[in-house]
Order: sequence, then structure tokens, then C-alpha cells
Amino acid sequence: MTGLHAINADRDVNDSGTRALRIAAILLAVLAVGAIVLPSLNGGAPTRIDDVMATRLVSPFSRDQLGHWHLLGTDAFGRDILARLWLAARISLGVGVAGSLLAAALGIALGAIAAWRGGIVDRLILAIGDGLLAIPRLVLLLVIASLWGPGLPVVVVVLGLTGWMAIMRLVRSDVLGVRVLPFVEGATALGVSSQRVLWRHVLPNAMGSATVAITLGVGNAIVLESGLSFLGLGIQPPAASWGNMIAGGREWLLIAPWIALVPGVLLIATVVACTVIGDALQQRGARAR
Amino acid sequence: MRRLSLRVLDALVLLWTVTTLTFALIHLAPGDPASLLIAPTATAAELARQRTLLGLDAPLLVQYGRWMSALLHGDLGVSLASSRPVAVIIAEALPVSLLLGATSLALSFVFGVLLGGWQALRATSRNDTLLTVLTTTAYAAPTFWLSLALVTLVTSGAARFGVPLWMRLPAFGIREPAALATGFEVWRDVFRHAVLPVLVLSLPGAAGVARFARRAILDAANAPHVQAAAARGLSRGRIEIRYVLRTALSPLVVLFGLMLPGVIAGSVFVEQIFAWPGLGRAMMSAIASRDYPVVLGLALMYASVVIVANLAADLLVIQLDPRRRDAASDQSADDRVGAVA
Repeated sequence: MTGLHAINADRDVNDSGTRALRIAAILLAVLAVGAIVLPSLNGGAPTRIDDVMATRLVSPFSRDQLGHWHLLGTDAFGRDILARLWLAARISLGVGVAGSLLAAALGIALGAIAAWRGGIVDRLILAIGDGLLAIPRLVLLLVIASLWGPGLPVVVVVLGLTGWMAIMRLVRSDVLGVRVLPFVEGATALGVSSQRVLWRHVLPNAMGSATVAITLGVGNAIVLESGLSFLGLGIQPPAASWGNMIAGGREWLLIAPWIALVPGVLLIATVVACTVIGDALQQRGARAR
Repeated sequence: MRRLSLRVLDALVLLWTVTTLTFALIHLAPGDPASLLIAPTATAAELARQRTLLGLDAPLLVQYGRWMSALLHGDLGVSLASSRPVAVIIAEALPVSLLLGATSLALSFVFGVLLGGWQALRATSRNDTLLTVLTTTAYAAPTFWLSLALVTLVTSGAARFGVPLWMRLPAFGIREPAALATGFEVWRDVFRHAVLPVLVLSLPGAAGVARFARRAILDAANAPHVQAAAARGLSRGRIEIRYVLRTALSPLVVLFGLMLPGVIAGSVFVEQIFAWPGLGRAMMSAIASRDYPVVLGLALMYASVVIVANLAADLLVIQLDPRRRDAASDQSADDRVGAVA
């Protein structure tokens, strides 16, 4: 039979899934290595502003008046867009990873404590988590980021503070499941301290579903950072992030659309790669269960 | 019935938690609305007088008590920046945002479910893979980037390709500035202005729904009771409609409940870019001027919509899926989170 009943052909899914996973992983690796290595190679060029009139608003694949060739063109200050993209990748990827790791750390710690202590601690953590989940994350981000003033540390902290709730709930329910398993009872019976049982025996076995949430969280955090930066509440120029590069190109949209549009392509590619990896982990987890 | 009243009680407690969290959040933040309202050259005494006028000199707990008791009397307070009632500010902006949000939610859901269902019927085919790539990409596109791309397309793009003037779409605003139109003409004007923002909101929306619907239908098709139905020799059409789609309906209802708040909250960027005078813009300007009552009022409204939508979705799922009737309420909450993640 065809249609819905053909899905038992799990092999096919597997193959195309693995290929997508490989492409996504390679893309992210290239981006990460490029972001770390490339900006140091061209010695401050991405932020330096030279002869603006001779080099500004060069369209992609062409030369400026000084004879330099620009693959992706230049912006309103005559800076090479490709060079700035790599510089921005540092911040955008870094903030995305740092923000979601912070969210993960908070979520894992609070989820573990909530499930392990139970009682009033559990209720309190759940209540705060539900309260924060009830406000759209974007609204929460906007309020916190603009009230505390823009900047890199604020963005990372804010991404952490608004992203832990889902992970907390997942870890909490997994810990509740694992804590009744025989090996935990065994460890407790052997006199291992409650703290140690939690961190060494329970938690490592309760990370399955949280891993997926964390991976998908990276892509989410990158988009949110770019959004904040686009609104002027995130990374401030002259520091480059994909979001503020798009914002900077907005007023030139009619005569030099590449300034705003090119960074978005890289942004989308990165988020797609994160989604593909998260999906693959999720399906692997579902199959293992 | 008892469960229903418990759930409503839970929701009310949650709403109180949210308002208290928001209150603490914005009052603990640095910045002083009073100093934004008076001249930069004002003396300390004038600043103090302004603070007294706005009631900002009272201890935080007193301010909280005042706000809470007014709220319980149905009073959201008065804007610090414009001295207009918060309820009026929200009432003016809400329909403007709803016009965008409700239209694009409806479009996202209809097209998303159709697309996802179509894909699920031919899962693993080449078309399915191609569509998965497309939907994943569209879903990943940030709305502000998509807005700029579309604006480029309808302005300089349309000019380059020689699209006739009457076919071109306006890129900003909700109405023509000098429009003296009446009746039907007004609606036509607003409709033309709404096309781009609605498109920007619906594209990623439909892509997200399609991804989710495809997964939900495939999961439902792999469920044991569907295989049992196939083994009993029921016809394919009957299985697909009675068993697969029926099972896939509850996750879709939950998703709808999750997306409902997006109707009023999802358009912050779009409203900024397209100069659409809705709630997102009200929020942005209230935050910038430290307009505490307006920010609190908007947060309260967002939270009520989220909570009510979740509650309604949960109750509906219990109606749709008998298995859920015995399950603890905790499970549906975890499902919700899973869907968000």
C-alpha cells in the first residue's frame, strides 16, 4: 500500500535524515571555524572605515573605485559585507550558544531541584516557570532588554532567563521518572548522599528530551538575538551582529537591498541547520524509546 | 465540573503570578519615567514633585497594593506618558492588531494543515522532501527579514520589472495618508495595506503548522490502533479519516491554542516595519518611555490570552480524546511544553 502506510519504510527516512544531518553539521562547523579564524586574518578591516565615498554601496560581485573586488558588495560606510558577516557570525553564534547554554543550565538545575526536593520548592519553581511561559517570550525579551539597557551581556542573560522554562519541565518530569528506578534505590541504600545520587546517578539519565530542546534552543536564541539587535535593543554598532547588519541596511533598502538581505540568508541557513540537527536527535530519541 | 473549576482556579493563580512577576520586573529595572517627562534642566525638587504626582515616591509594596486594588476594581490605570486610560490605549490598538493576527492565523492554519496533510499522505516521496526543505526554510526566516525582502520586491523590484502602478502594493502604513475615501473604499485601502504584513506573518506560520501537522499525522498513522484497523481490513479512506485524522486532531488543537496568543503578540516586528498602529507598537513605545501602567496592562492582556487559550485547548482535547479524561492535568502541561520546544 502507498500513502500513509508507506511510512514503515523507515530506511528511506533514515537515509535522507542522515544526509540532511551531515550537511547541517558541516555547515555549522564551517560557520564556527570561519567565525573564529577569518576575522583575525584580515586585521580589523571589517570595522575600519576608509575612503567612504570611493568604497560605499558597491553591489555584489563588483569592484569599488579603489579597485578592490567585493563578493557580496559593501555597505553604506564602504565596509566589505562578507568580512563583516564573519565578524557578526562570531557574536551571533556566540550569543546564541551562550544564551541557550545558560538557559539549559538554569533549566536543568531548577528542574532537577524541583523534582528532587518536591513539596513547596517544586510548586514554587513550577509557578514561576508557568508564569514566565504565560508571557510571550518576545514580549518578555523586549521588556527586560530595553529596561536594562542594550548590550552583549544583557542579551545573553536575558536569553537565559527567558528560555529555561521548557527545559525545566522536561528535566523535572524525566527526573521524576528516573528517581524510582532500581539503580537509584541501590545507590541510596549504599549510603550515597542525596546530592550525589541526584547529580551523578539520576540527572545523567534524565537528559534525553532536554538535549533536543537545547539544540532547538540554539537556533531560537540566534533568531531572538538578531531580532533584538534589529530593534536596536541587542548588539550595538559598530559591533556587528546579523541582526544589526540587517537593521543597518534597512534605510538603504531601495538603492542597496543586498546590505539588509544578505545577512538574513546566512541567518536562515544557520537556523535551518540547528532545526535539522534538533529534529534528527528527536527522531533518534523517539526510535530508541 | 469539579475539575473545570479547579482548572479555572489554577488559571487565576497563574494570572496573579504573572502580574506580580511583571510588576517586580519592570519596577526593579533601572530608569525613571518621571525624569523622562520633565525638562532635562529640571531641578531635583521638580523631579521629586513629578514623582509624587505620578505616585512613584511611595514604597514599592504600596505601589503594588494600589495597582492591584485598582485592577481588582477593573481599572488598569492611566498612562504615565500620555495621561490616557490604559484600557482605552489597548482598546484602540487591539482591533488593529487583530486584523493582522486573526487573518494570518486563519491562513497559516488552513494552508499549513492542508500542506502537512498532503505531505503526510506521500511521506518520503521526493515532493515531500522538497516541501520539507521549503517549510523548514520558511519557518526559520525571521519576520523582520521577510518583511524587508517583500518590501524590496514590491518597491524597487516592482519598478524594475515594470509592474503597472495600479497593481503595486503600498509598503507602509494602514491607510493612504491623504485618503478621503468612505465606506467600501476605506476597506479596500486597508486591505491593500494589509496584504504584505499578512503575507509576512502567514508564510512562516503556515510553514510551522505544516511541519507540525505532517509529524502529527505520521505519528497517528503509526499508532497501534491504526495498524489494528488495517489488520481488520478496513478501507484506506475509512482508516485515514476515522482513525488517523481523528487522532492527529488533538495535537493540532493544542498547537492552535499555542498559536492563538500570537494573534496579538506575534506582530511586534511587522508592526514596527510596516508602521501598523497595533499593540506591538504600543508596547514598544510604552517600554521606551518607561510607561509602567501601559506595559503592565499589555502584559496582563497577553498573559490572559495565553492562559485562556491554553485552558480552552486543554479542555477541548479532553473532549476529543477519551484517553486524556483520566490523565492528570500535569501531562497536558508537559505536552504543551514539548510542542513549544
